Amino acid sequence: MLCDACKQAEATVHVTQIVNGEKRESHLCEACARREGEGMWLEPVFSVHKLLGGLLDVEAGGGFGAAPARSRVRCPNCGLTFADFKRLGHLGCSQCYETFDQQLEPVLRRIHGGTTHTGKVPARAGSALRRRREVERLRQELQAAVAKEEYERAAELRDRLRSLEQAETDAGSRNG
Amino acid sequence: MSLKDIVNRPVSEWMTGSGPDRDVVLGSRVRLARNVAGVPFPAVATDEQLAHVVDLCRQAVAKEPFLGQLVSMSSLSALERQILVERHLISPQHAKGTKHKAVILRDDEVVSVMVNEEDHVRIQVLMPGQQLPLALDVADRVDQALEEHLPYAFSETRGFLTACPTNVGTGLRASLMVHLPALAMTDQINRIIAAVGKFGLTVRGLYGEGTQAVGNIFQFSNQVTLGHAESEIVHHLINVTRQVIDQEREARQTILKRNQVALEDRVLRAYGVLTHARLLSSHEAMQLLSDVRLGIDLGLIPGVKPEILQELLVLIRPAHLQNRVGRELAPAERDELRATMVRERIVAGKGENT
Repeated sequence: MLCDACKQAEATVHVTQIVNGEKRESHLCEACARREGEGMWLEPVFSVHKLLGGLLDVEAGGGFGAAPARSRVRCPNCGLTFADFKRLGHLGCSQCYETFDQQLEPVLRRIHGGTTHTGKVPARAGSALRRRREVERLRQELQAAVAKEEYERAAELRDRLRSLEQAETDAGSRNG
Repeated sequence: MSLKDIVNRPVSEWMTGSGPDRDVVLGSRVRLARNVAGVPFPAVATDEQLAHVVDLCRQAVAKEPFLGQLVSMSSLSALERQILVERHLISPQHAKGTKHKAVILRDDEVVSVMVNEEDHVRIQVLMPGQQLPLALDVADRVDQALEEHLPYAFSETRGFLTACPTNVGTGLRASLMVHLPALAMTDQINRIIAAVGKFGLTVRGLYGEGTQAVGNIFQFSNQVTLGHAESEIVHHLINVTRQVIDQEREARQTILKRNQVALEDRVLRAYGVLTHARLLSSHEAMQLLSDVRLGIDLGLIPGVKPEILQELLVLIRPAHLQNRVGRELAPAERDELRATMVRERIVAGKGENT
């Protein structure tokens, strides 16, 4: 008898289960029986190909005159092309997200629904964004304070805003 | 504690502790995927680049002792690596190659960080029961400590950048491991799994697929990682799972009310086999352990601690059995040792409780 799972090796593990008076039997080879025991806390497997169906081909490959040229673009950092991504199911480096931004947009939408990160902003890598969010928050507070005629509070908020904006300008000129 | 001690210790923290909703939720897991900016992802990186990532992690561990110790995979034997897989501290893929792969391990086995798996860094936190918010909190702290030393690849629009676009954004995969024997017995499990799938969660039987899930253990995880904040993702998973927990509890009570003798017969037979069998395949052991655990949760098998299920699911696996006797085992020998192990642990568990 062949293994129920792989249908290749001889089944050596036989299990009969009675559930509500109903008899169920399964027959597995040693390898498959063992593999079944390896499943806890595994990452769910998401095949990019499966998740996207034909999307990758339609959006990034055939049909349009401009598309084939675009798919020859190589990531300047790692050398990956979009065709490589389609074949491998993963990207080559973080810069690929910039290089293939346009082609990835519909891919991300299909997988996640959204395309914009709204979660955690890391302290170092996201410091500029953190600062901008803080500036935005302070501006709103300032407006609210002015509306409520809390001028002392407004002055305090204005000073904090100024120093934050100054810091941003400094950071900008350093990086630029 | 040395790695040898961890490998030889019978049980991990997440298997022994209890936690909220532990009658249904066996454990919580949080995983964060992170990468180093500019360095190609592990699948395409050069040896030099991979070694650089390991170096950065080594520096981080030296400065942040709470992270634990960094162990390079090449320093471990195949058996030791397999033991880490069976304990869920590393993935099966991570155990395969050894070059420039490492794992950061903490003594309590709550936190483990795989270095150079699919992404440069994969932070994992495992806890017993339903403790996802706390697990996320711990993962967050590990993440912050690592970021001090690793320049993360982060985009303001796309979030944390990962090798596979299915992880981009938060890089967060949150999972709950649930034991659903009553829903399986009452043939409701397929309907529930289909319903849960409609809420953007993926369900997998932990051992096998769908209704064939041996041991009636399922893992619920978020599918989407981009466009929602971490706390939203976790709370959505908790809320959907909460409905399933309620249905499982209801099904248990219904079975108990309608057919208590048949249920008692089933769980006590399972208990009888597990405490007296001389040969046990892992498949049979898992099915019977599921029945026994249900019996414990419903008070039908007094004196046995519920965590016996989680413990034995790990301890009866091949590498753990092999490590116990210190040599390779033929399948028949394994079944014998497995039966011995199960008997001992159940009897020991009884002793601790009475």
